[in-house]
Amino acid sequence: MKPINADAVQSCLERLKGKELFLHLETTSGAYAAHHAGKPFVAGAFIRNGLIRYQHGKIKGSGPYRVGLKMDLGWVYAEGLTHFVIDQRGRLLLAGYDDSGNLTVALQLSEEPFDH
Amino acid sequence: MFLLTVYDQDYREEWPYLTGRELQEERHVVVLFPHPDDESFVAAGTIALLNQYGIPVTYICATLGEMGRRMGHPVLANRETLPELRKQELERACAILGISDLRLLGLRDKTLEFEDEEWLISQIGDLLSEIHPSLVITFYPGHAIHPDHDALAYAAVEAVARMPEEIRPTVYCRAISPQRFEALGKPDVVIDISTVADKKIAAMKAHQSQTKEMMKELEQKIAAEEPEAMRWVQREEFWTYTF
Repeated sequence: MKPINADAVQSCLERLKGKELFLHLETTSGAYAAHHAGKPFVAGAFIRNGLIRYQHGKIKGSGPYRVGLKMDLGWVYAEGLTHFVIDQRGRLLLAGYDDSGNLTVALQLSEEPFDH
Repeated sequence: MFLLTVYDQDYREEWPYLTGRELQEERHVVVLFPHPDDESFVAAGTIALLNQYGIPVTYICATLGEMGRRMGHPVLANRETLPELRKQELERACAILGISDLRLLGLRDKTLEFEDEEWLISQIGDLLSEIHPSLVITFYPGHAIHPDHDALAYAAVEAVARMPEEIRPTVYCRAISPQRFEALGKPDVVIDISTVADKKIAAMKAHQSQTKEMMKELEQKIAAEEPEAMRWVQREEFWTYTF
């Protein structure tokens, strides 16, 4: 993955607009976060292959970035995004990495289901 | 992947037992962990010794660590390419340790505790009936920190508990919770792995997307003979599960 190029991401969001898409959305502090920090708190959530369609999508911020997708009946949103790739299958993969290079958030869109 | 340096610090007693020789009496050993790299962190030395003794080892690995947060440094993967990379790393580690029989359960990282418990127990039970090991190595249920570790270990001991006593394998569990000594006492099985330390280091390094940074640090500490680091390459400790 490369540091986010907001223009490239925005034009990909335009291309996927109005289509039926599979969503992978994830945030995580890591299963060992509480263990290492000594505090009893780990937070995270993920949805894989949620089916969505958005009216319009925007990338905002100056890094880390935020992405919001307005759907007919609601929103998809992620913040803390730092890296991206549009892979060979045309999928938009966005991720946020912390200072140690650990993934903290992912927002991915694909016209075909994600594997597994 | 977990780091033991923090929570090993309160355990500084002399090594209680060295039972490496007893390993030679095993017939077939099944190692059962949820994530590629758990086998190297927990039991690489023991596996390498078993291989030296000519005892076959089957590794049942439940997931491909798809939800791992580390992607390598510099970045080697993304969320979608990570499973394939971790599979390759796992195969490399298996080759180093002499594991020729690798069974992938194909489950998804971080979901094991949500699987149907009976289904998971029967999957493992079927494999154990087929492989018929004399020893199973896994985590200690309830003392393994990561929900996947605990869920798989629970299913493993439950599957073994349901086997007829006369064919039931011994189960060695690795406990890593901070309260493990208080709850379980000292480990009753401590394997001296110092003769195969190089294999353990190499296996841990094979999981490079997860371990590259920490291995640099660990190797420096080993060179300086820091006690906590030396434990990694000198001993592996387990608690025999009581049914």
